[in-house]
Amino acid sequence: MSFKIERIPAPLWARPLIPLMAIVLTFVLTATLILLANANPLDAYYYFLIDPLSSRVSAIEVLVKATPLLLTGAAVTFAFVGGYWNIGVEGQLYAGATAATAIGIHMQNVSAWIAIPLMLIGGFVAGMLWALVPALMKVKLAIDEVVTTLLLNSVALFMVSALLNGPWRNPISQWPQSPDIAATAIFPKLIPRSRLHLGFILALVIIVILWFVLTKTAFGLKMRAVGLSPHAAQFAGINVQQTMLISALVSGGIGGIAGVSEIAGIHYHLIDAISPGYGYTGIIIATLGTLNAWGVALAALFIGLIDTGAQTVSRALGVPTYLGDVIQAALLLVTLGMLLLQRYRITRTRSES
Amino acid sequence: MIEAAFVTFLVGLLGATLRVATPLLFATIGELYTERSGVLNLGIEGIMFLGAFVGFAIAAKSAEAGLAGYLWLGLGGAIVVGVVMGLLMAFFSVTLGVNQHVAGLGITLLSTGLALFGFRMIFGQSSVLPSIEPFAQLSIFGDLPILGPIFEQYLLTYVAFIVLLPLAWWLLYRTNYGLELRSVGENPEAADAAGVNVFRVRYITLALGAALMAIGGAFLSLAQLGAFSPGIIAGRGWVCIALVIFAKWDPIRAMWGALLFGGVFALQLRLQLLDLVDIPFEFFLALPYLVTIAALALAGRNVAYPGAYLKAYRRE
Repeated sequence: MSFKIERIPAPLWARPLIPLMAIVLTFVLTATLILLANANPLDAYYYFLIDPLSSRVSAIEVLVKATPLLLTGAAVTFAFVGGYWNIGVEGQLYAGATAATAIGIHMQNVSAWIAIPLMLIGGFVAGMLWALVPALMKVKLAIDEVVTTLLLNSVALFMVSALLNGPWRNPISQWPQSPDIAATAIFPKLIPRSRLHLGFILALVIIVILWFVLTKTAFGLKMRAVGLSPHAAQFAGINVQQTMLISALVSGGIGGIAGVSEIAGIHYHLIDAISPGYGYTGIIIATLGTLNAWGVALAALFIGLIDTGAQTVSRALGVPTYLGDVIQAALLLVTLGMLLLQRYRITRTRSES
Repeated sequence: MIEAAFVTFLVGLLGATLRVATPLLFATIGELYTERSGVLNLGIEGIMFLGAFVGFAIAAKSAEAGLAGYLWLGLGGAIVVGVVMGLLMAFFSVTLGVNQHVAGLGITLLSTGLALFGFRMIFGQSSVLPSIEPFAQLSIFGDLPILGPIFEQYLLTYVAFIVLLPLAWWLLYRTNYGLELRSVGENPEAADAAGVNVFRVRYITLALGAALMAIGGAFLSLAQLGAFSPGIIAGRGWVCIALVIFAKWDPIRAMWGALLFGGVFALQLRLQLLDLVDIPFEFFLALPYLVTIAALALAGRNVAYPGAYLKAYRRE
């Protein structure tokens, strides 16, 4: 008896099950690490998945954690759907955060109605500009964008570091931390005495826009055509270069908004650690959400839950919080492998003897 | 007097350049081989990190147990974990044939997470970083006047430049394996038709490449620092990705790239101490990335990627 791989697409109803199966398999695989840490995996999963939702405070914290992830997940999705492998959302986030800080610190005596939109526009434009050079190199010169967008992430970090060690260094503490943005530039809180801020609503709005553009507009159709096969799209009369350029730039812009949201909603000043890799986590979220707006939203909330849960697990069971990072990474790889089930089926065949 | 000081400065700079270039050379050769077989391994950053951690953890525990060869045990452990991660990358990129960028980043995230998890498990959360007595520097021409300090290097630095580099060149251009490796990276269909096992060659190459990346990481923890910290790799893996392109996928050019970056990095450290120039030191750190992007833009459509770069091979 042997196995044969057939190219048969999975039925539509089965497709949403794939990420769920991936989640289960990931938890089974990572149970070994929890056992190594002398904890019971079932206890750990309780603290990961249920405990954060059992109190109001920590449930809100899940939404706070999910906010940047919704945005970077949407940014990555917008590019990936259009066939542009933007690995540079991390850098675009830092570009947006830098612009938001530069604008925000000069907003004293300016109404919030002006300050906040200005920061959002500035962050979007900064993210787009950070994405511009690799995007142009891709569409004009056919240079692989993965490496160029990735390298610019490091450049963005150096740029922020140069600003924080130079013009924006705190003159009194000498700490590498920018001045605070003006009070009017700070995102209002959605729930008093919590950390949940306007950025969460913005992120949801962007998810809805993402859904609308991808599924209800002619441009979304063009993007998906280019993503599936640039050659076929070209043949069908679609302007592939223009479509790809727009997906890349809008993706960068959304990445920039993620940076604005972290500055104006959480930190109020620029430090070099505003993102623990949200741009890369966005890739996990886009993959887990199967490049679908609602899937991305669910995936971002789920990763937000894992992030919050990792701290609960660590407090309750003494398992290092890094377990959360391992689970996320394993989830990415497992999902990536299991998504093949969308297109292939493994069947048993009897060997003909 | 000033001349003597300048010579000392230059000699110190050259010595430091070789030290900084060593981990880059190991990992760049590893990535170069991987890419020549048609696979981009973005797991490099994480594999270097995991190599640095496993090497250090095994060395530290072996030293505690009183084993004399603890550093070599650590290096061996780093190689093993590198091979494992290389095989995992091969499983995803060769067997399953999924998107290589995402799989590679997944390997980086997984390796980084595993290393940090392991570090916290084994060494706890102490405020003092654990450390070991690292590899000693050899002083082969130590008595040499003036130039002596240049040759005061770690054994692994000598290995990188005198053993690894010629071997990597010879293996790639002068052996049957090298020919197969290049052919599966350029045209897997033709290689397959000629009887080369595309899958096997890619598996072996990814394992070998990842082992070199892990050695590069372990050099930092076992030789240069004698410690492990979360910031130990700090983007060096991404520098290597840039260097491979800068080197046009050729080992000898990769050496010049590693030396150039090593030189810029070492110079930047010294200029920072001297406080002479007004340019922020981060500019020099960003330079290798910017130079690579500029080089790619200038070469434009002529960048000679391996023919099957990023393409999974399936026998239909």
